[in-house]
Amino acid sequence: MSELILEGIYKDFPTHRVVDGITLTIPQGCFYSLLGPSGCGKTTTLRMIAGFDEPDRGLIKLAGRTLNGLRPYERPVTTVFQSYALFPHLTAAENVAFGLRRRKDPDTAKKVRDALELVQLSAKADRLPAKMSGGERQRTALARALVLEPELLLLDEPLSALDPALRKQMRVELKELQARVGITFLFITHDQEEALSLSDRIAVMHQGRIEQMGSPQEIYLTPATRFVAGFLGAVNWVGDVGVRPELTRISRERPPSGMRVKESTVSSAMFLGDCFRVEAQTAAGQSLVAQIAHGLGQFERGERVHLWWDPSDEMALPE
Amino acid sequence: MKRLLPLYVIAIYAFLHVPLLILCGFSFNSSKFTVWEGFSLVWYEAMWNDGALAEATLNSLVIAVVSTVVATAVGTLGAYGLWKKNSRLLSGSMYLSLVTPEIITGIAMLATFQWAFRYLHLQLGMTTVILAHVTFSMAYVLLVVMARLRTADPALEEAALDLGATEWQAFRLVTLPMLKPGIAAAALLAFTVSFDDYVITALVAGVDSETLPMVLYAMARRGANPVVSAISTVIFVGLGLLIVVSERLQKA
Amino acid sequence: MMRLRAFFLLPAWAFTLLLFLAPMGIIVVYSLQTKGVYGGVGEPWTFENYVRLFDPLYGVILLRSFAMAGAATFGCLVLAFPLALYISRSGTRKTLLLNLVMLPFWTSFLVRTYAWMFLLRDTGLINSMLFGMGLINEPLPLLYNDGAVVVGLIYGYLPFAVLPLYSNLERLDKGLLEAAADLGAKPWEAMLHVVLPLTAPGMRAAGVLVFIPSLGAYLTPDLLGGGKSMMIGNLVQNQFTSARDWPFGSALSLGLMAVVMLLLWALLRRDGEEML
Repeated sequence: MSELILEGIYKDFPTHRVVDGITLTIPQGCFYSLLGPSGCGKTTTLRMIAGFDEPDRGLIKLAGRTLNGLRPYERPVTTVFQSYALFPHLTAAENVAFGLRRRKDPDTAKKVRDALELVQLSAKADRLPAKMSGGERQRTALARALVLEPELLLLDEPLSALDPALRKQMRVELKELQARVGITFLFITHDQEEALSLSDRIAVMHQGRIEQMGSPQEIYLTPATRFVAGFLGAVNWVGDVGVRPELTRISRERPPSGMRVKESTVSSAMFLGDCFRVEAQTAAGQSLVAQIAHGLGQFERGERVHLWWDPSDEMALPE
Repeated sequence: MKRLLPLYVIAIYAFLHVPLLILCGFSFNSSKFTVWEGFSLVWYEAMWNDGALAEATLNSLVIAVVSTVVATAVGTLGAYGLWKKNSRLLSGSMYLSLVTPEIITGIAMLATFQWAFRYLHLQLGMTTVILAHVTFSMAYVLLVVMARLRTADPALEEAALDLGATEWQAFRLVTLPMLKPGIAAAALLAFTVSFDDYVITALVAGVDSETLPMVLYAMARRGANPVVSAISTVIFVGLGLLIVVSERLQKA
Repeated sequence: MMRLRAFFLLPAWAFTLLLFLAPMGIIVVYSLQTKGVYGGVGEPWTFENYVRLFDPLYGVILLRSFAMAGAATFGCLVLAFPLALYISRSGTRKTLLLNLVMLPFWTSFLVRTYAWMFLLRDTGLINSMLFGMGLINEPLPLLYNDGAVVVGLIYGYLPFAVLPLYSNLERLDKGLLEAAADLGAKPWEAMLHVVLPLTAPGMRAAGVLVFIPSLGAYLTPDLLGGGKSMMIGNLVQNQFTSARDWPFGSALSLGLMAVVMLLLWALLRRDGEEML
């Protein structure tokens, strides 16, 4: 089994501890995301797996082999960098061939052709990075890393440099690509939507620690901490429980019995295109948000309404 | 490679600095020969009592100061003029004069002076040296000040004009103060290249206006002479002080 | 506006026209004339002086000048590249280390050249030390040869090579080195296949900036070569002084200028955008 295991990884920077005891296992062939805000230690974790930084303590094992102490060029791991780090003096094909040439691979030409085809870049093989679009650069970076058939591919926020439309398209392509090549992907991101839509499993990081690991649904629906709940989406906090705005209903009539109800006054109603976002104030002055579909009526500022939800949708997370 | 590189770098720094340090060190040697025999200031005394040397130093200082003042003024105005509207002929000539081998600049100027003297009753001397020095150090000034201007925001002067300043006032009250550090650096550079120049100076100096580099050259040619080491040390320390003082002044 | 600008440029134009462009013009005129009986110049007009540039008698000196300038350039690049690489990776000490490279440059060129005479001459420090240690009986002929001149040129122009290489390496994206390592390149392979190709513009600039002053050097071969190791600059000086052949000296000067301008033109044409 070629799984990646991190065991008790610590890393200190001169001013503070960046990675504070991370332990996790990534199964073979998994699309695994490290999700967290900037500065949470996710990039440092990736750099330690790639070999650019060494952990102060802890073990990094891939397929049973300890990677600690190995130089980046000795590890069966490749990276798609946030900036892509394409060699500006080399064409797309030459960038892809770079690693194969270091290995003196006899099939370099064929492998380069196949890799470029895999990312649909065959027509741009002779382009220099300066003449490529953002998406083409990204595909080149992917092909360059995949062509070496690594046991693990690291992706450091690879979509963040793209414009929103292209980002959504590349998300689909990335997911398909991973399914096709079957290589384990470790994906670093601060975008929860990206992590939720792409991953088989997610680890949410905060201040150098892993707050929760699980499937996207588990993480989103049953967050282990308030941080995780809040980082993955908006939450209405009512005392020790929270509920997501899209699970919060709003009505003028009295809701069915068994529901948790809050009498409120609408303070703002916004049309967001795919839904309405209604903000209302309870008598206690608490602000709650409901995100409702078009068919569920329109509400005016100042209107008295009932905000309610099913208690089974509540996330019980004491402060 | 990680361990070799620092060693290599130390060796290069040694290559750069050790020859000068040794030279300075031996100026305090009591022996005339390059064997250390004890500390002594005898060569500094000899330097101090050398009348020709003093005269040459004075000449060099006068030439350097005058040509620095003129070259800095001419170069700064020129850089400003070129910044407003580039003249490829003028800026091209400036760059060209910077890369022209000194010996060629020197003989070309000599030829020009001699040609002019057929019509004017003048001769080679301090004046021709100063003219030559202004010409070559002006190019350095222009280059340094232009580099500074390239980072300047043209909107500042436009704002001044907009607020009612004349063009001259905009230059004097807005651009010139901003250029001060660049002008100071340019002047320092002009001073050192002028004070240091031998090749051009020797060609256009004529017979009775010897400069310090000319005396040094003659002594160096003649053979080992610890007085040269003493003079070198003084120049080394003097220029070092000048740089430190000017940096301090710029920061203050 | 126009009047103010003209007034600002006037002094610079005056000096440039009268003391740079006019002198160059006079050299052009002289180069096409004939040496007079008493050393002056006069008619007939001729191209003879340019033809003489290819005379084997001078060809040796020209070739030697190119070879020595080439050797100095090579030496400077070999010394400057690792130095610039090291400085560009030195974090907060960068400025200090760069200033240390520039420091000798602020001293008099004559003093710097004399320092090498002091070390290399027959009674110089190196020979005295070797003699004192009993390693030699006769002084080694270290001064007044091509090697001494090349060392002097390298010593004189090393900063010209360090600065462009440093600014090139400084701009180099460190992520590219990580990417190379990530793709399996050992440090020396990353150096050869990534850093070196991407530093080519800095190398070219450094090379030209050292080669030009080395080719036109006068003082260094004069003092360290001592007449035994003449370069073009010394030949030019010779024609204007002892040989009193101004037309040939002028043609020689213009030939040298042509090489200098050609090199600069080639550099700017290729890397002009990156440099300006």
